[in-house]
Parts: sequence; C-alpha cells; structure tokens
Amino acid sequence: MSDLTDLLIKLIPIFPLLAVISNGLLGGRYSHDVAHRLAWGSVGLSFLCTIGVFTDILRTGAAHEVIAYQWIFGGDLTINLAYLVDPLTCVMLLVVTGVGFLIHVYSVGYMHGEAGFTRFFTYMNLFMVAMLLLVMGNNYVVLFIGWEGVGLCSYLLIGYYYEKVSAAKAATKAFVVNRIGDAGFLLAIFLVFVNFKTLDYTKVFAQVGQLSPEMATAIALCLLVGAIGKSAQLPLYTWLPDAMEGPTPVSALIHAATMVTAGVYMIVRNHAIFDLSPTAMGIVGMIGGCTALFAATIGLVQTDIKRVLAYSTVSQLGYMFLGCGIGAYTAAIFHLMTHSFFKALLFLSAGSVIHALSGEQDIRKMGGLSKKIPWTYRLFLIGTIAIAGLPPFAGFWSKDEIMAHAFTHHHYLLYGMAAIGALLTSFYMFRLTYLTFYGSSRMDHHTKEHVHESPMVMVGPLMALGLLSLVGGLILGFPPEHGWLHKFLGPVAGIAGEHEAGAGLVFLLMGAATAIALVGWGLAHVLYSVRPATADGWAAKFSGAYTTLLNKYYVDELYDFLFVEPIKRWGELLDWFDRTVVDGMVRGVGQLADWGSAGSTWFEKHAIYAGLNVIGYGNHLAAREGRKMQSGMVQHYAAIIVAGLFLLALVVQIVIQM
Amino acid sequence: MIPLSAYVAVSAVLFITGLLGVLIRRNFIIVLMAVEIMLNAANINLVAFSHYLESMAGQLVALFIIAIAAGEAAVGLAIIIVVFRGKISTNVDEMNLLKW
Repeated sequence: MSDLTDLLIKLIPIFPLLAVISNGLLGGRYSHDVAHRLAWGSVGLSFLCTIGVFTDILRTGAAHEVIAYQWIFGGDLTINLAYLVDPLTCVMLLVVTGVGFLIHVYSVGYMHGEAGFTRFFTYMNLFMVAMLLLVMGNNYVVLFIGWEGVGLCSYLLIGYYYEKVSAAKAATKAFVVNRIGDAGFLLAIFLVFVNFKTLDYTKVFAQVGQLSPEMATAIALCLLVGAIGKSAQLPLYTWLPDAMEGPTPVSALIHAATMVTAGVYMIVRNHAIFDLSPTAMGIVGMIGGCTALFAATIGLVQTDIKRVLAYSTVSQLGYMFLGCGIGAYTAAIFHLMTHSFFKALLFLSAGSVIHALSGEQDIRKMGGLSKKIPWTYRLFLIGTIAIAGLPPFAGFWSKDEIMAHAFTHHHYLLYGMAAIGALLTSFYMFRLTYLTFYGSSRMDHHTKEHVHESPMVMVGPLMALGLLSLVGGLILGFPPEHGWLHKFLGPVAGIAGEHEAGAGLVFLLMGAATAIALVGWGLAHVLYSVRPATADGWAAKFSGAYTTLLNKYYVDELYDFLFVEPIKRWGELLDWFDRTVVDGMVRGVGQLADWGSAGSTWFEKHAIYAGLNVIGYGNHLAAREGRKMQSGMVQHYAAIIVAGLFLLALVVQIVIQM
Repeated sequence: MIPLSAYVAVSAVLFITGLLGVLIRRNFIIVLMAVEIMLNAANINLVAFSHYLESMAGQLVALFIIAIAAGEAAVGLAIIIVVFRGKISTNVDEMNLLKW
C-alpha cells in the first residue's frame, strides 16, 4: 500500500506535465476539444491520485518522503527532486488539484472561442505543475522551483491578452514586484544552508533548536519577505489588483485560490523557525492585520467587479498572515481552504457575470441581474455570505477562529483590526452584490439584450464550489479548534495553544463576529438598496477620504515616485553612461583597431608588397636577362656546350686528383 | 716508330681546328666542313689507339664514323639547300628562328 502511495505521489505532477508537453508542442495540430480535454483531464487524474494519497495518509497518519530523481550532489550539498507528503501537503494538494480541476472545467466554457485557447490551457497546466512542486517539495530548492514557476505562469497568464498594453504592463509589474520577494526568499534559503548544511525540511526542522534567536529572526524575516511578495501583503500587494487583467479563471485559480496562498503555506511549513522568533511572529501578525484592514478600505469604493474581489483577496490573505502571526497555523490553513472555495466561487461567478454582459466589468453599469442570471446570482450570494462570515457558511468558521484565537491570546490590537476588517469586508461584498444584482439595470441597450446565463460547463463547477462554500467550513472545522482539520493537521502545524477562555467567551466572540457581518450587510442594504442616494451623498461629504480610497491611497503613485521613477532616471543615467562612456570606450577600441588595420594595410602595401615585388622583379629581371642566352644562334649553343665540356673535364680532373 | 702521342697531338690539333671552325666561321658550309674535320680527328684517335691496344674495335668504329659522316654531310647539305631557298644566305647568324 505504501509503495502504491509513493507511486501515486510521483504521478501527481506528471499528468499536468504531460498535458503541457502535448498541448505546448502539438497543440496547434489538434482541435481545441482535444486540448481542453487533455488539460482538465490531466488535472482530474492528479486529483484522483491526490485522493488516493489522502486516504492512505488519513488512515496511517504517516508522512511520505519520496525521491523522484537524484538531482544535485556534491560536497555538503545534496538536493533531490523529492516530495514530502504530510497532512499539510495533503490539504494543499486537495485544494490545488480539486479547485484547480473545477476551474479548468469552468475555463472550457469561459475561454470558448478565445484566441490562444490552447496556449491558455498549456499555461494553466504548467501552473498546476509548478504549484504541485511548490507544495510537494521536500526541500527549499524544489519549493523555490515551484515558487518561481508559479510566478512565471502568473506573468504569462496576466499577460494573456498581450496585445493589450495594460495587460502587458500588469504582467511585468507582477513579475517585478514578485522578484523583490523572491530575493528575500533566496536569502532565506542561503541562510538555512549556511546554518544547517542541508536544505531538506525534515533535517532542518530536526536541528532547528541550534539556531541562535537572532539567526532565527533573520531567516524568518527573509522568508517573510518572500511570502509578502507572493501573497500580496503590505507593502508589496500592488501587483495583485493589477493582475486582474488576466482572464477571470486565472484570477480565480492563481490570484485567489492557490498561488497567492503559497506565502501562507510557506510560513506554516516553516513554523518551526518562526516559532523561535517572537519578533518575526509579531511582524507577521502586524503585516497581516494591517493588510487585512488596509485592503478592505480600498475595496469599499472600487468600481471594477474583479478589483473589488482582488482587494478582498489581499485582505483575506491578511487574515491568514494574522493567523500565522499569532501562532494559529491550523486556523490559517483552514482559512486558506475555505477562502479558496469561496473566493474561487466569487471570481468564477464574477466571470460568469462578465461573460453574460459581453465583457463589462464596471459595477456602475450593471444592476438588476438577479432575475436574468439566477444561478450565477444565487452562487455569488453564497460566496458573499461565506466571505462576509455568516454562520454556517465556510468563511465564518475559519475567520472566527483566527479572530477568536487573537482575542483569547490577548492580541487585542490585531483582534480590533480584524474585526473592523470583517465589518468592511461584509459591507463591500454586499455592496458589490447589491450593485451587481439588485436595483434597476444600468446597462446599455445592446448589452442588455445579450444577457444570458452561462452554459452548464461553467455553472457546474460553480455549484460544486458553492456547495463547498456552504458546508466546507462545517465539515472541516466544526467544532471550532477541535474539528476534523485540526486533528488532521495537528501533528504538522501544531495544536492551537490551550487558553483559559471558557465556552462562554468563545460563543460571545462568535456572536460578535456574526453581529459584525450583519451590521456590514445592513449598512450595505441601507446604502445601496433602501436609500441609494445616501451613498453618493456620503461620497460627496467625505470627498477627500473617498478620493483617497478611490485612488487606492495613491500607493501606486507613491511607489512610482519613490522607486519606479528614480530607478528609471538611474536607468537613463546608466543609459547615458553606457552610450557615452562605455560605448565611447568600445568605439575607441574599435577606432584603435581601425587605425591599426590602416597601419597594417600601409605596411602590407609598402613593405610586404615591396618585398614581394623585389622577388618578382628579380625573377623578371633574371628571366629577361636569362632568356638572352637562348639566342637561337647555333654557334652560341656550340660554344656553351664546349665550355660545359671543359668545365666537366676540369671537375673530373679535380675529383680524380683528390 | 711514330709514338702514340704524335697521333694524339695531330688528332687534338685537328679537333681544335674543327672546333674553332664551328664556333667562329659564319658560313654554314664551312661550319659543316669543320664538323667533318672534328669527326676525322676522332677517327685518327680511334685508329691510333686501336693499333696501340692491338684491338680492331677502334678501327671498326672509325669505319662506322666515316659512313655516318657521309650521311650527315648529305643531310646537312640538304638542310642548307632548303634554308638557302628561304633565306638566300648561308650566314649562320641569320639562322636564329628557334629562339624564345
């Protein structure tokens, strides 16, 4: 059974890889139908393998370490392409392949008729391969390969509509901002290797106790920089909202459900290091709390349906970081799972809305869609309630657990941030729902006529995700802190610390969370349904704050001013330096060579040619003079013969005498 | 008894005479005659050594040379006549067409 499990583990990333090779190399030779079947079929097979592995680990509880390929070995360094599948990896695998499979199926409908259909699925599968390596790797190098791989696929898929300038720019931005985080991550890997002489998780975590607190803090902070970049936390979150330029399934898969959660996974995976450094933990929690609040405020006023969801993703990732920062690793992973359900659901529903409206993304031009696309509406509403945190939907359990953990462990500031963030989340999500699905239609006539419910291939995955958003939280995490997920992850992520809080406090906190969500809903209901004019009135009254939020706190402008422009100017300076000084030197060298060759040309013409001419002329002269011997006169010849005869006689005489 | 050296001396004088005739004289016929003198100088040499060495081979070769000299004179004269028809001259210096 164990051998079978090992085989299944090896197979998981291979199916999407085969699909990438086939679609990438031969995709142009067969029809779109074959291409998409290969794509979602391969992910489906991976999902089945994952279930096989999962059932085995569920039964035995043992982690599997499988070496797929011996890669680098020399000196102290041994790096294998090896997989570590423990409960944490298992949970991530289920999310990645399960949600990934649903999104692949959805994409078949969403991307239908798009140019580059096969390219899209090739990139998606490549992403799956990289993401699987990321979560399955048993050492930092494989993790890093996956880390960079998903970054690359993110770049490729954000820039999917590459002829659109904004998409190309957003792709570049995502890539460049992620590089900053990756630099930190690389430093962390180097530090780990210097300290432990190995990069395998199990060996590193076994001797983690030897670390000095300062070194632990340094490694943890470097890892954190990497996680911040990938998971779009303050201050590197700016790429994620722009990443919405990609097709909606990409936003759902990469920029909501899987890739952006890689940072959270990485922190939980390395929690042994983080646990050693209260400083780093404090910073993780602070960044999470600030991001959760900060992104939620921006989400309040955005008008692009996908951008609202993007800021909401940033905000929710903030909750996960907050959970990591206060040691609630299981809760963070729990929230990661439920978030991947409801955020994928929301994104895909938003995609369905966009699909129905022939590409319109501005919620000011929507409204009144609940009757026209009822299934999308119902599922979007489920997603909204789930993220807002109303029981018994999925988001409630995970978010409440993080907040309760913060409160019972006396992180009151973080609890306050999370609570306000939850209020804002509930508000902006219901605002989004009201503006999109209720009220009077604000569409133009042409769009209105074409509104249609999405095909089954899109609605089907939505229903599956809707079901997960509805009951996923209950199944995984009920009762709070002692649910199934907690027992499963306990050996890996650590059991949430015991606290003195009684059941009464826990119920009080749950009640508070529910109340907060309801208040947000009520506020949105009043502002956008009962008295729509009020919202505009408030916008006018607090126009300063409103404009600031609308412009996302001018962070992009600030970064442009602080980093992008100076770097550009520095680049221009370097360009000038390159053109004048470096090119000058190059041209100088070229000029020298030119002169040298001119000199050597002169030398050749005047010295070598002259030498050759002398030889030639000598021959010429010799021939001119020599030919005179051949006078044609018989007597001359006879005289020469006689002279020769005498000479010969003379020589013979001399030889004889000698 | 005339010593061998006398024969050789006569032969040498004759040969030099013929050689100078070939080298110096311009008339083609005289050159041809000088060649004959040189041949006969060789003949004297051959016959003298034949006698001295008591071998008949030298005299035999001398006889052959006389025969060949007759042929040579015939061919030579024929060439001279042909050349003379073209050049109206027997001057050897004008017979220089075979040069470069």
